[in-house]
Amino acid sequence: MVRLGDSDSLRDFKEPGKYLKSKTDGWRLAKVVTVEDCKSTFGGYDGGSKVLKELDEIWERAQAAVALAGNPEELESLRVRFLGRKGEITQILRKMVSLPQEDRPAVGRRANEVKEHLDRALSERSAALRGETFLAKLQREKLDVTLPGRPVRLGHRHPLSVVREEIETIFLGLGYSIVEGPEVELDYYNFEALNLPKDHPARDMQDTFFISEDVLLRTHTSPVQVRTLERMAPKLPVKIIAPGKVYRRDDDATHSPMFHQVEGLAVDENIRFSDLKGVLLTFAQEMFGLETRVRLRPSYFPFTEPSAEVDISCVICGGEGCRVCKDTGWLEILGAGMVHPRVLSVSGYDPEQCRGFAFGMGIERIAMLKYGIGDLRMFFDNDLRFLEQF
Amino acid sequence: MRVPLSWLREFVDIPVPPRELAERLTAAGIAVDTVTSVGDKIKGVVTARLVDVRPHPNADRLSICSADAGGEVYEVVTAAENVFSGAVVPLALEGTRLADGTVIKKARFRGVSSMGMLCSEVELGLEDRSPGIMILPPDTPPGEDIAVLLGFPDTVFEFDLTPNRGDCLSILGIAREVAVLYGLQLKYPPVLQSNGGEAANYIEVEIRAPELCGRYAARVFQDIKIGQAPIWMQTRLRVAGMRPINNLVDVTNYVMLELGQPLHAFDYATLRGRRIVIRRASPGERLVTLDGVTREFNGGDLLIADAERAVAIAGVMGGLETEVTPGTATVLLESANFDPLSIRRTSRKLGLRSEASLRFEKGVDIEGSVQAADRMARLVADTGMGRVVPGVVDSYPVRPEQKTVVVRPARLDSVIGASVPGDEAVKWLKALGFGIRENEEHLVVSVPTFRPDVNIEEDIVEEVARLYGYDRIPATQTYGEATPGRRPALEAFVRQVNRLLTGLGLTEVITYSFINPTSFDLLRLPQDDPLRRVVALRNPISEEQSVLRTTLLPGMLEVVCRNVSRRVTDIAVYEAGRVFNPRGDSELPGEALKLGMAVAGKEPRGWEGPPREMDFYFLKGIVEALLSRLGIEDSVFAPLQTHPSLHPMRAARVLAGEKELGSIGQLHPEIKASLDLPNEVIVGEFDITRLIAVRKAAAFRDLVRFPGVLRDIAVVVPEEVPAAELVDNVKAAGGELLRDLKLFDVYKGAKLPEGTRSIAFSLLFQAEDRTLTDAEAATYVEAIIVRLKEKFGAVLRG
Repeated sequence: MVRLGDSDSLRDFKEPGKYLKSKTDGWRLAKVVTVEDCKSTFGGYDGGSKVLKELDEIWERAQAAVALAGNPEELESLRVRFLGRKGEITQILRKMVSLPQEDRPAVGRRANEVKEHLDRALSERSAALRGETFLAKLQREKLDVTLPGRPVRLGHRHPLSVVREEIETIFLGLGYSIVEGPEVELDYYNFEALNLPKDHPARDMQDTFFISEDVLLRTHTSPVQVRTLERMAPKLPVKIIAPGKVYRRDDDATHSPMFHQVEGLAVDENIRFSDLKGVLLTFAQEMFGLETRVRLRPSYFPFTEPSAEVDISCVICGGEGCRVCKDTGWLEILGAGMVHPRVLSVSGYDPEQCRGFAFGMGIERIAMLKYGIGDLRMFFDNDLRFLEQF
Repeated sequence: MRVPLSWLREFVDIPVPPRELAERLTAAGIAVDTVTSVGDKIKGVVTARLVDVRPHPNADRLSICSADAGGEVYEVVTAAENVFSGAVVPLALEGTRLADGTVIKKARFRGVSSMGMLCSEVELGLEDRSPGIMILPPDTPPGEDIAVLLGFPDTVFEFDLTPNRGDCLSILGIAREVAVLYGLQLKYPPVLQSNGGEAANYIEVEIRAPELCGRYAARVFQDIKIGQAPIWMQTRLRVAGMRPINNLVDVTNYVMLELGQPLHAFDYATLRGRRIVIRRASPGERLVTLDGVTREFNGGDLLIADAERAVAIAGVMGGLETEVTPGTATVLLESANFDPLSIRRTSRKLGLRSEASLRFEKGVDIEGSVQAADRMARLVADTGMGRVVPGVVDSYPVRPEQKTVVVRPARLDSVIGASVPGDEAVKWLKALGFGIRENEEHLVVSVPTFRPDVNIEEDIVEEVARLYGYDRIPATQTYGEATPGRRPALEAFVRQVNRLLTGLGLTEVITYSFINPTSFDLLRLPQDDPLRRVVALRNPISEEQSVLRTTLLPGMLEVVCRNVSRRVTDIAVYEAGRVFNPRGDSELPGEALKLGMAVAGKEPRGWEGPPREMDFYFLKGIVEALLSRLGIEDSVFAPLQTHPSLHPMRAARVLAGEKELGSIGQLHPEIKASLDLPNEVIVGEFDITRLIAVRKAAAFRDLVRFPGVLRDIAVVVPEEVPAAELVDNVKAAGGELLRDLKLFDVYKGAKLPEGTRSIAFSLLFQAEDRTLTDAEAATYVEAIIVRLKEKFGAVLRG
């Protein structure tokens, strides 16, 4: 026999041991508890006290009511009804004075047990309710995470800057410092001091923009070699790279009147041509991957002796031969050589006491190879659809 | 330089296939650009003599030729106009193949069937264009296979030589390299060394400018019959890239290509006084050159003269009057050596660059003058062109001193970084023509006269290194004192600016340093604006790129316009680059690093609502963020009404204290209109060196542990009161405990009196040593309100 108290949330009565349904929250997990169950919970009625039985009945009702409570307010009112100062259990305890002395401990114990159990049942139910409410709240907060995010305007570095910084980083790591020089340069530094006197046939290799007889737009970053050596002499070692803009009077599909170079220079007591080969191999492998190979071919620059053109194994086909490398398997990327003794001596170094190597590369060329850009002019076209790819 | 393989073979054996040879030469610094086959497709084309040429009965432009191909006669129709009875021509009969692989078929032309076709130089792959049928020398027998006659198939190497290797501008020079690389013997071509003084009866040579002409050798040929050169010679010239002219000119060119010595032929009969004088031009002196142009000279130009007047520009071009013509019977041949610089200056000045001047500029072997004249004599005799007058008139006033270079083998190894066997090096150098004297410590290397590029020890190092093979040199690391790689402060700063701006959504552009001077008009700069003082290029490519920029704005606007023209209208870009300011004439211009910015259009569009305009406050926000992150906290934006390129009511000068950093503003409406831009453009320009000067390193300030009091106030003030002034006064009145201030609302509208606006601030009061009470904060707020009331008549908005 079960007493269900006065909870009006009960809708559907089921057999003992089955579950009940409440109107407020749909299916509720309220197990119907019987006096028999209570016996197994609290022990029998050996004391035979009526009060004990009352307590058990309170427990039965309270437990069922807690199980059916659908919100925190209901739970609170149950707490007041059973455990409050005027609650049912308190009232039973008040009756204790009228009980025989020997029955009191058992009743007191039982009352405390019921209180404890009820207290626990209340908090458990409360926690469960909070969990449910929280879940429901989260449910209502659902976002369509597949919608695009709020757009952020992204800035992009120019590919030439990206490559330039990459080159700088590689050489900084190899102990080279960055040095800059003027873009408008004296003929002396651009040509004369680099072993290119006026009327030198090799001046034809670099069609020059002139400002005046002696002032021009630098045609390469090599004048920074001379300026640096002049400043540093006679200190050793000198290890620098000089990135920057250079200008040549050429404008067609494969030439831009302005482009970028990085110059490299190392001067010390025992610099060897093989060291040049080593540093260029390191650079090429850092820039294009460890499988990259380097090839030096004899060439001519007035300010280096011996001189070399430097090829890397084709970054597209790996050396097999393709359209980009014109089936040679190699791509020319820079010019280099041992610093000409005259360049050292005009800058204040004794070529008997030190030697050096120098190299110069076009940043555009490196960037074109790195990104597979076919048209040099795109770099200065500044079409945002191009720039935003980097 | 183009070299036919067959020609090269006459000078040295070729032990490897052409492509392999090309790779080997390239690896040794004699770069081969291309290797191509010539005439390898021609098959079955024969020589034929035209026994009859008659007009086509049904066509005005066509002729019917009867061609005797060595026994059998074929009827061929041709459209060429240069055919005549007796001419020997190439005949392509049915089934034969032309240079481009075309197979000939029989054809009918207006009722007359043609058994084949007569060929021009084009069909034989000798020229790109031809005016008519190729006419072969009259003594050519008919019925010969034309490919055999032309020496086909052949291979041609196109060299890309470095400017220091003038000696390789000849078959001989290339052959010498081949001989060294493969350890072979170099074969010199046959010459005619006729001694005797007879030539001296014809001519006397006087060098008056020995500093510009080191040697002048002359030979005389008589009974010259001007006509065609042998077909094999014409073919070689063509394959090498020169056009046959006549037998005499062709032989001079042939010898030049072989030996690198330019030759010039005069019609002896036109020379006066039996004299050749080599002298500097007198100022204003004139000469009509071969091309019919009258040239004027100055004292720097070297001329060849006879007893009376100039007859040629030394090494550059001959004179018209003394030119060899079909009637020439006696020829004076010049084989001379001129100063490279002088030739270079003159040819550049006159704009006359020829195969001859090109070689003189690079330096011709002074010891080779007579050899070349003798080679010419041999060819004149062998081809039956004329009679060689015995003797060479050789004026060679000063033999150059033997140049020697001392080479230390130890240094050689230490420069290269590899140990090169000494005997190998000596062998290579000897084969290259260097003389070697060895002693205990070093080699004394005597440099041959054809190698003017070798002067110092390093030059010999390079010779050895290139023959040793760069690919055999190891890759090593430098040793010695370690150096830290340093980034200069300015570079590091610019890098930081770059990172911040890209992080703030701007995209970097790189524009040309040269601009159009009319940009300044576009920018509405007054005529005396300092930005109009520019560094101008003397030789710009075009007017549009003729002056160096003094501001980045033209570049910024160009980027905006170009993108707009391509329908990219949302633009946010910047550039960090140099501008150039002229100083004195002899001084280099100042180069200042500037930062330019431009934004136009809208922020990116999302699904939440319409995108916002990238307006003045958008760019200002970016600038504020940039300055703040750079450590420039006290920046001020002051109204700027005088910038000619900016909207006078929508522009600000940006200052840090008293220092002007730059400006930002909306592009002036007139500029926007003249560029026909769809959106407002907001631009900014800053001086990067000033930014770096005023920035402060981040300084730590301990956190305040006591709670502060936050108060929001809104005041109604007259509209024209600038927000910055309010802020300044709030700060001043708020005192030290006003820790933070944010302007968070501006309202204008119907609820407020006309001509006023409400500005709201959020104020944080906080003390470092105690918890501030509401009451205390209230006194400060009160002070602020009082101050704003007094200064601006501000009314607290309820």
